[in-house]
Amino acid sequence: MNEFTSNLLSALTLRAGFNSALVCIGAALLGIAAGSVGTYALLRRRSLASDAAGHATLPGLVIVFILLSWLSGDARWVPALMLGAACSAAVGLASVQLIHSRSRLPEDAAIGIVLSVFFGVGIVLMTVAQNLQTGQQAGLAAYLLGSAASMLRNEAQLIAAAAFLLSLVIYALRRPLNLVCFDPDYARVQGLSVQRMDLALNILLLTVVVISLKVVGLVLSVALTIIPAVAARFWTDNTRHMVTVAATLGGAGGYIGAALSSSTENLPTGAVITLTLFSIFLASLLLAPARGVLATLLRHLSFRRRVHRRQGLLALYRGEPIYDGLTLKLLRKAAWIRRDGVATPAGAIAAQRAARDEQLWTLLRKRHSSNKLARQYHQLVPIRHVLSEDALHELERELQARASEDQGQEEDHGRH
Amino acid sequence: MDGIDFLQLSLPPIVIAVLAGVACALPGNFLLLRRQSLIGDAVSHVVLPGVVGAYVLTGAMNTMPMLAGAAVAAVIAVILIELIRRLGKIEPGAAMGVVFTTLFAAGVLWLELSHTSNVHLDVEHVLYGNLESLIWLDAESWRSLADPAALAFLPGQLTRLLYVLAIIVVFLVLGWRALVLGTFDPDFAAGIGARPGLFNILLLIVVALAAVAAFEAVGAVIVVAMFICPPAAARLMTNNLRLQVWLSALIAGIAAVSGYVLASWGPLWLGWPHSVSAAGMIAVMGGVQLALAFAFGRHRQRPTP
Repeated sequence: MNEFTSNLLSALTLRAGFNSALVCIGAALLGIAAGSVGTYALLRRRSLASDAAGHATLPGLVIVFILLSWLSGDARWVPALMLGAACSAAVGLASVQLIHSRSRLPEDAAIGIVLSVFFGVGIVLMTVAQNLQTGQQAGLAAYLLGSAASMLRNEAQLIAAAAFLLSLVIYALRRPLNLVCFDPDYARVQGLSVQRMDLALNILLLTVVVISLKVVGLVLSVALTIIPAVAARFWTDNTRHMVTVAATLGGAGGYIGAALSSSTENLPTGAVITLTLFSIFLASLLLAPARGVLATLLRHLSFRRRVHRRQGLLALYRGEPIYDGLTLKLLRKAAWIRRDGVATPAGAIAAQRAARDEQLWTLLRKRHSSNKLARQYHQLVPIRHVLSEDALHELERELQARASEDQGQEEDHGRH
Repeated sequence: MDGIDFLQLSLPPIVIAVLAGVACALPGNFLLLRRQSLIGDAVSHVVLPGVVGAYVLTGAMNTMPMLAGAAVAAVIAVILIELIRRLGKIEPGAAMGVVFTTLFAAGVLWLELSHTSNVHLDVEHVLYGNLESLIWLDAESWRSLADPAALAFLPGQLTRLLYVLAIIVVFLVLGWRALVLGTFDPDFAAGIGARPGLFNILLLIVVALAAVAAFEAVGAVIVVAMFICPPAAARLMTNNLRLQVWLSALIAGIAAVSGYVLASWGPLWLGWPHSVSAAGMIAVMGGVQLALAFAFGRHRQRPTP
């Protein structure tokens, strides 16, 4: 085992020292909070607002940094820096709202404006701070792309505690948030202010961004809220489950990413966590049972086989020749036809059943043309899986009655 | 400061900033109207792994490999975004967010891991460029402006941006009708054979071209700011698209010049013997003009029906 793997293993099992363990746990809690807030943001179509918030933290961060280095010697007092970041991010989000509501500019443009202009202000201030010669500018650079390695113990504790508190707040607010995301109109009827919940969502997003500054960095903080939520979309369609899945994926991504970055040399933690989250996302895209590529492909193939089997049996029943290769293969595999294409006894019975099923379905569709069941017909389920026994018997009786009627008519016709 | 200093040290960065700003602002108008403003943001992040890859492979900042790398990265991004959007039924903004953060992170990590940490390319350079270092020491006097031998030693970024700007202008002039139709009424445009799909892709290519050329010279911040702020400010001032495009170019130019001047000499006027980031200040001036348009523009509200 080389050094990297053993480092990674000890980091993953929280044996790489107290600091590193604290950072990993903090990142995991942060991932949980960000994943769940991100899901609500995704459902409210506000995903990229946190990108604006992330970039908008820079001016406040640097102003507090400059003030601190003037007032005291130590410019790296994290709570004050976080407060500064939160204030300027709040101004940024308020500006997005203001531009969007008080002018004809669309929200995406407002987000882009706030993001770039605030970041520009931050960079100007950063060059000011660099010229102050305090010798602590490296502290600022860590906030751009995150740096778990340079984190002090009390900083890691603060981040873990804040992320934990935030998760609790989100848990407490889950009902109104679910309601607003799922059905805003119903929420309004229930006396819930959608505006107020959107404001709460903004505040939660902002808090995630501010807490994640030291770990993920402000440039990539948006990844922490967006990627787990989008990944969760592939696992489930249910809003409530989606939040849980996103929180889990986000937590796992934060944990593994922080362990990865702390077990190698000084890599930007934000980039490592983002790529870890993306790997999780990619796995979800490919493997998730609900919408994953693999599951979709398997469903498609099985559907195709079902169609071919059914059409083959119907052709057998009608005594028509079958030319399609896949159909022949499937029928042979089920031992419904012999090598020369003649139906086996089992095949004849299956064909009869399929034809009967088809007739029942046709009758059902004729009787309930607007029925949901009738529209599900394309899924090719045997009708007895769909109807209750009574309904099935009734349908069969009707079919029989019609058949004898037809026969009677034919006999009449023959007599004349 | 005498004239020759200005010619050698300040004129090239100012011209480059203006060219970069205008190159981004022109296609930005159509992005704004199509509600795709954040594509400018995404593209400027996405090109990073391509640029880093070209830099690592060739060992130098050459334009053609960098453009090729950026193009590869952009194609990967477009495919990924489409895949996520279709398979997950996810809104385009969020799909874009997943892809551009990931590619940017990949670029940053590649940059750190490749240990090519020369003076030329690092994360700070990526974010806010090195406008101040684009100087023209071969200029001996103002007459050098007409001297081909001296002009050959202009910063390469300047000539490249000139070419890119020329391509963008030609594209806008030739494709104007199709672009306008495709922006306001894609169905009608398709109906009369104006190929809105094709022009959507061409617009994206032009945006990527502007982003890469400008990114190399001035960094990601100006790119994003200039894609969005000048067109947005112009949009608040007029309802006439042609005028809006001209205004956005003017605003981008003003932002570039005033931003550079304020960054270089502003602190001196305040009695502080340093300069601040020109890239950041140019973005700020873009924002200031937007704020003015927001406060006083003639068409800042949606027209009431």
